[in-house]
Amino acid sequence: MLAAARAILYRDLLVAARRRSDVAVALLFFVIVTSLFPLGIGAEPNLLRAIAPGVIWVSALLSSLLSLRRLFEADHDDGTLEQMLLGAAPLGVVAAAKALAHWMVTGMPLVVIAPLIALQYDLAPQLFGVLALSLLLGTPVLSLIGAIGAALTLGLRGGGVLLSLLVLPLYVPVLIIGAGAVEMASAGLAPSGQLLLLAALLVVAAAFAPWAIAAALRISLE
Amino acid sequence: MLEAADLGCERGGRKLFASLNLSLKSGETLRLAGANGSGKTSLLRILCGLALPAHGEVRWKGEPIRRLGEEYSRSLVHIGHASGLKDELTAAENLAVTCTLAGIRAPEPAIRDALGRFTIAPEKQIRHLSQGQRRRAALARLALSDDVPLWLLDEPFAALDTVASALVEELIRAHAGRGGAVVYTTHQAAALRDTRVIEL
Repeated sequence: MLAAARAILYRDLLVAARRRSDVAVALLFFVIVTSLFPLGIGAEPNLLRAIAPGVIWVSALLSSLLSLRRLFEADHDDGTLEQMLLGAAPLGVVAAAKALAHWMVTGMPLVVIAPLIALQYDLAPQLFGVLALSLLLGTPVLSLIGAIGAALTLGLRGGGVLLSLLVLPLYVPVLIIGAGAVEMASAGLAPSGQLLLLAALLVVAAAFAPWAIAAALRISLE
Repeated sequence: MLEAADLGCERGGRKLFASLNLSLKSGETLRLAGANGSGKTSLLRILCGLALPAHGEVRWKGEPIRRLGEEYSRSLVHIGHASGLKDELTAAENLAVTCTLAGIRAPEPAIRDALGRFTIAPEKQIRHLSQGQRRRAALARLALSDDVPLWLLDEPFAALDTVASALVEELIRAHAGRGGAVVYTTHQAAALRDTRVIEL
């Protein structure tokens, strides 16, 4: 069972390593969007500091959404998705590995680069850790929730728009809690409540989303 | 081994087949024949559990396949129209992942040997292969699936040259000889003359 999950994780990371444009697009989108705000709003440090958590989190959310459409579509087109459905391991395990690979390719780079982006917003260095930690806990939830939407809209015409409409409302709690953690820390309050909530969301999503993804994939392929 | 009772299939409001019964014993090969769009691929997808029939049931060793889940999946190899290969990976990497997913133990020398039988270079990326070579790389899985009792093959001879076709025929015959069962679709009437045929 774990061998199948490892194989899918290894395969998806290898594919991403050999098709770097997919990784670069999500990362560049994040960097460009977050860099546009200071240019458009102006170099007012107080304003930039105030909007930084929200802008960085919304950009991370949109960046995750950008790559979701291809999460199962490529496997569907080349027939490897059928092999996963007919695999010896439960489909939920394989779906979890797919979501983990998606996060490692699109979410993890954002966690690493977010403190650098925060410099543009004059965010205090002591907040970098909270920002990175909130993204570390929150972006996997985005990948897991997004994968349910990607599975449900697989093969549908206009599925990209439908996917956004389906997934964005579900992202709202993660956005509010994630950005709230950084805002709390910047106000001098302990962000542990928000971070624990994000951790709880991650645990719940990791426990249930893979089976929802599996069910959605079966529905889409039938 | 495999039984289908009162199977019916509809696609886009059109009835493809109805009240179809079939049974497949150990050591048998069955060819699904029929014109394009007659439902051969749909029947194969129903038999392997990828699609639901409009009515009827498929049973494996007397148990409905829906109830068996992964246990049934471990008992079959399905090679569909699409190659099931990733363009970015080499033939060997693809085959290794496919076998791991299917629960087949395939050490690297065995993978190289299987690809070698189909004259595919293991290190070659799939994106650099022709259509026929891709098909051969996908079918190399058969050479590693001796222990999987049921093979469901959708147009296994499509895009293959005569040498590769003969090899696939040989693998199917050998599998049936070992007591395995094979269901396949093809438009090549000459292929595997000793097979039972169901016309859709």
